[in-house]
Amino acid sequence: MLAKRIIPCLDIKDGRTVKGINFENMRDAGDPVALGEKYAKEGADELVFLDISATQEQRKTFASLVNEIARHLNIPFTVGGGISSIADAEKLLEAGADKVSINSSAVYNPDLINEMAKAFGSQFVVVAIDAKKEINNWVVHTHGGKKATDKRLYSWALETQERGAGEILFTSMNHDGAKQGFANEALEKLHHALQIPVIASGGAGDYGHFMDVFTLGKADAALAASVFHFGEISVPQLKSYLRSKLISVR
Amino acid sequence: MKVAVIKYNAGNIRSVAYALERLQVDFSITDEHEEILKADKVIFPGVGEASSTMRYLRDHKLDELIKSLQQPVLGVCLGMQLMCKYSEENDTACLGIFDEKVKKFIPQQKEKVPHMGWNTITTTNSWLGESVNNQYVYFVHGYYVPVNENTAAIAQYIQPFSAALKKDNFYAVQFHPEKSAETGQKILESFLNSRS
Repeated sequence: MLAKRIIPCLDIKDGRTVKGINFENMRDAGDPVALGEKYAKEGADELVFLDISATQEQRKTFASLVNEIARHLNIPFTVGGGISSIADAEKLLEAGADKVSINSSAVYNPDLINEMAKAFGSQFVVVAIDAKKEINNWVVHTHGGKKATDKRLYSWALETQERGAGEILFTSMNHDGAKQGFANEALEKLHHALQIPVIASGGAGDYGHFMDVFTLGKADAALAASVFHFGEISVPQLKSYLRSKLISVR
Repeated sequence: MKVAVIKYNAGNIRSVAYALERLQVDFSITDEHEEILKADKVIFPGVGEASSTMRYLRDHKLDELIKSLQQPVLGVCLGMQLMCKYSEENDTACLGIFDEKVKKFIPQQKEKVPHMGWNTITTTNSWLGESVNNQYVYFVHGYYVPVNENTAAIAQYIQPFSAALKKDNFYAVQFHPEKSAETGQKILESFLNSRS
């Protein structure tokens, strides 16, 4: 049976992981390659590396970092952050990325999704959507959640699918960081509306939240960052917990 | 031992190369006929679309070359599908090493297509080895090869399909061993250790 995927997300700035990652038994938790390898060994199904560099100067190191990651990692990985053209994506493909995720650039230039799907195949294109529930509407935001747009979650998700997105990475801004569980209601709606896989992001706080996101939210994959980085949830324990709940995991 | 990875317009050549690098295997990425012919093992990778890839292979006379190879050859993902006779993907005539038709996945109960992610394989007493039986490997594909007499491993998605094939010196896997963690590494090693 197709397994539900667990995806740790690493934020990268100037070629280093951020967020004060703190691990025992790791000489350098700031090294994205070492950290990625550690997660792969522990049974992570995929990894996401998000470049949050603010300047072009910092960003320069990212493609060479992606190449180092590709050399060392024996599981698939997605890279995102600041990708706004076919040329950007091609550079990362060349470096060895399995998929790229695009967010703001897709909102402002939706044709980019079509162009990327045509050039590299849909399996290469993850569209990340940050949305915030305001009264009855899920409002799509850009620029790391700073800017509201006139797009709404469901119609935008459908449009990206029509344009050739291979997966949707949906982050609920209401749930992100609260550690109270994922946006399962919205996720379930997305699941029914879409034919492509949905990666759930935002809200992971404990083991049970992952069971809920797969059973109630019907997500194909669940992404989290800090709960993994701070050791609050360990990937091997999460896998055995989910297995005990009869959820299909690797 | 020298491995030749066939160079063409496919997406995953680099990841296959990195996997060989991790296994400390001596390899080259090449479309030179001479070099491919004299390699001990040949890997035919592939991510992409069938018809344009076949056209590329024909234009570079790699189609006849691949069929003529005598040493162990491993087709990966699209590489495996192109080793079959025909693909429904844009109605494409393929190499015909395996006498099979590649079919499109048709969802039965809203299953998502492409089949993407980790799924288990059942090896049928084959070259992949007992140790990877029922283990998870990483798949990304919208078309599949039905189970047939050359099936070396079966996976289940919508219906059972061929996860691996073998016929004479031709080996093939539908999944990506280069992205399938330790299990994939073992499978690559099984191929690299094969004698014929």
